[in-house]
Amino acid sequence: MAILELRDLTKRFGETVAVDRFTLSVEKGEFVSLLGPSGCGKTTTLQMIAGFETPTGGSIALNGRDLSKVPARARGLGIVFQTYALFPHMTVEENVGFGLEMRKVPADERKRRIAATLDLVHLSHLATRYPRQMSGGQRQRVALARALVIEPELLLLDEPLSNLDAKLREEMQLELRRIQQEAGVTTLLVTHDQSEAMALSDRIAVMQGGRLIQEATPFEAYDRPTNGFVSSFLGKSNAIDAHLEAGGAGTTQLRCGDIRLDAPASSHGPGAVLVSLRPERIEFCGAGEGIVSGTVVERVFLGDQWLFKVKTGLGELLVVRRNSGRREPEVGETVHLSWQAEHLRLLEAGSAA
Amino acid sequence: MSGERARPWLLSAPALLLFAVMLVTPLVMTAILSFNSFDFYGGIQPTFGLGNYADVLGDGYFYEIFGRTFLIALATTVICALIGTPQAYFLLRMHPFWRSVMILVVLGPLLISVVVRTLGWAILLGNNGVINEALRNLGLIERPLKMMYTSGGIVLALVHVMVPFMILAVWAALQRQDPATEKAAESLGAKPITVFRRIVLPQAMPGILSGSLIVFSLSASAFATPAILGGRRVKVVSTTVYDEFLNTLNWPLGAAIAIILLVSVLAIMVAWNRLVEKRFAGVFQ
Ligand SMILES: Nc1ncnc2c1ncn2[C@@H]1O[C@H](COP(=O)(O)OP(=O)(O)O)[C@@H](O)[C@H]1O
Ligand SMILES: [Mg+2]
Repeated sequence: MAILELRDLTKRFGETVAVDRFTLSVEKGEFVSLLGPSGCGKTTTLQMIAGFETPTGGSIALNGRDLSKVPARARGLGIVFQTYALFPHMTVEENVGFGLEMRKVPADERKRRIAATLDLVHLSHLATRYPRQMSGGQRQRVALARALVIEPELLLLDEPLSNLDAKLREEMQLELRRIQQEAGVTTLLVTHDQSEAMALSDRIAVMQGGRLIQEATPFEAYDRPTNGFVSSFLGKSNAIDAHLEAGGAGTTQLRCGDIRLDAPASSHGPGAVLVSLRPERIEFCGAGEGIVSGTVVERVFLGDQWLFKVKTGLGELLVVRRNSGRREPEVGETVHLSWQAEHLRLLEAGSAA
Repeated sequence: MSGERARPWLLSAPALLLFAVMLVTPLVMTAILSFNSFDFYGGIQPTFGLGNYADVLGDGYFYEIFGRTFLIALATTVICALIGTPQAYFLLRMHPFWRSVMILVVLGPLLISVVVRTLGWAILLGNNGVINEALRNLGLIERPLKMMYTSGGIVLALVHVMVPFMILAVWAALQRQDPATEKAAESLGAKPITVFRRIVLPQAMPGILSGSLIVFSLSASAFATPAILGGRRVKVVSTTVYDEFLNTLNWPLGAAIAIILLVSVLAIMVAWNRLVEKRFAGVFQ
């Protein structure tokens, strides 16, 4: 059964619609991410679930119980704020113990649970420190421990890693996943960072302009985006405007200017479509074998891979190649590109961001 | 190179000069004066001794005046903190438009001369003043409540003058706190009153501390308000110093009292500062 059910959740601030008929359900033990660009309504959604904003419309149910009349303090959710919001005048222990104190948990049990949770986040040695004496990553763990110690039915995380530097962020991603699984807590994460969402989640809900655009596993969302926005927001992608036409003998063809491409099998009817092609699915090949040819206009070395920008008859295409130690084409060189038709994704025209 | 070194000094020279002339010189001269002696026929004698200090510290009359002064200052500080802290919190939570209006209202009293404001209080508090007349006409009292020439009246008027300082100091501290800490506490199950007591108040502590330092020192050395509302009967240290200088003409004794006031206010402030900083170590960086 779903732990959390959002149905047609809507929030308006005057004229702006921050969240628009948002529907989502989260199963027990799942890790779900709300992914979308800044200002798309992620925080507002989270605040409504937490009880800090009142929905304009729609409903929120936790374990089948309607939350609309339940104040924030009685919802029993664990929340990690973007700023961590640690209590600066309390030590780590006191911060973590605050929720238990409010629940009138007896002192000895409180002590035991604080110790166990600090152990889970690997902070036992810093229990008597004050927040200002800790690094960003450590504060992050305290915030997590404080939210987890009350054994919430649902853990809400608002951009929890965005205040950390890149290297620490990667480390904390792995940590966060480990902690979530060890604690077995159902988690809803809000983030604008697609790599974070893909690395952490069982399921991703992509938002745009307050609406749910696609809900899928990370692999599915990346590999089978249903929409141009999703395909460009998750990872890199080439978006090509084309026309789907009937070829001979029941086959279909894509026409893009005067270039014709084999189309993948799809349910799309004839007409304008948006074609999405991932840069890593494009290969360089010999003259004559390519689907299109073009000139390298930019080349960026990324360590484990190369990123090319190639000017072709289809427009500028991004190509990513694994660094295998071979010589790679230089800027100005003519290259020939090929791909398998099955890697093309046909999406609704005009749905790109 | 020496030019490089001298530059900061040169740049701060005007301020240093002003500071030296306007503050240090009178203070030093007052200190020196306090060691001189006074003779009813010969006036100030350029002797050097601790006679004046011995006179003050050995006389119960002065203890009473110092005690009253500090009690008035303490009561004013406590009442200002009790009023100012919640008010600063309300200001913080207000809609920006009403907040600007309220800040004007709060600062309003500071725009009016202390003397004018205190005379206003005298009109309100007098035996035939507005408050007593009103209460009498309502039949609530037979004989006027005594409010003029009491310590209570002085405290009342001082609170009116001082409360803006407390509000501004606490407000500044509250603005530095992360508003999400309140939400965090709420999400952990805290009721609004618990949030205020356990989360907001401790974080407001640096503001309450600096506010009470300002209010206490200003109240302990206030002159106009106790002079008008206390009259000859309820003397405080500053009015006593004034009398020594202008009525008795015993300047050295007045100077000694002034120096004792200065030193004791400083001592109280330092001790209070230490105490609070130690107790609320987490919020002071
Ligand atoms: N308190 C508010 N008053 C008015 N508009 C708001 C308020 N909070 C958020 N918004 C607007 O709602 C939209 C969504 O905001 P938010 O949920 O914070 O986005 P995100 O967290 O995805 O960046 C934005 O356009 C923002 O300007
Ligand atoms: Mg946000």
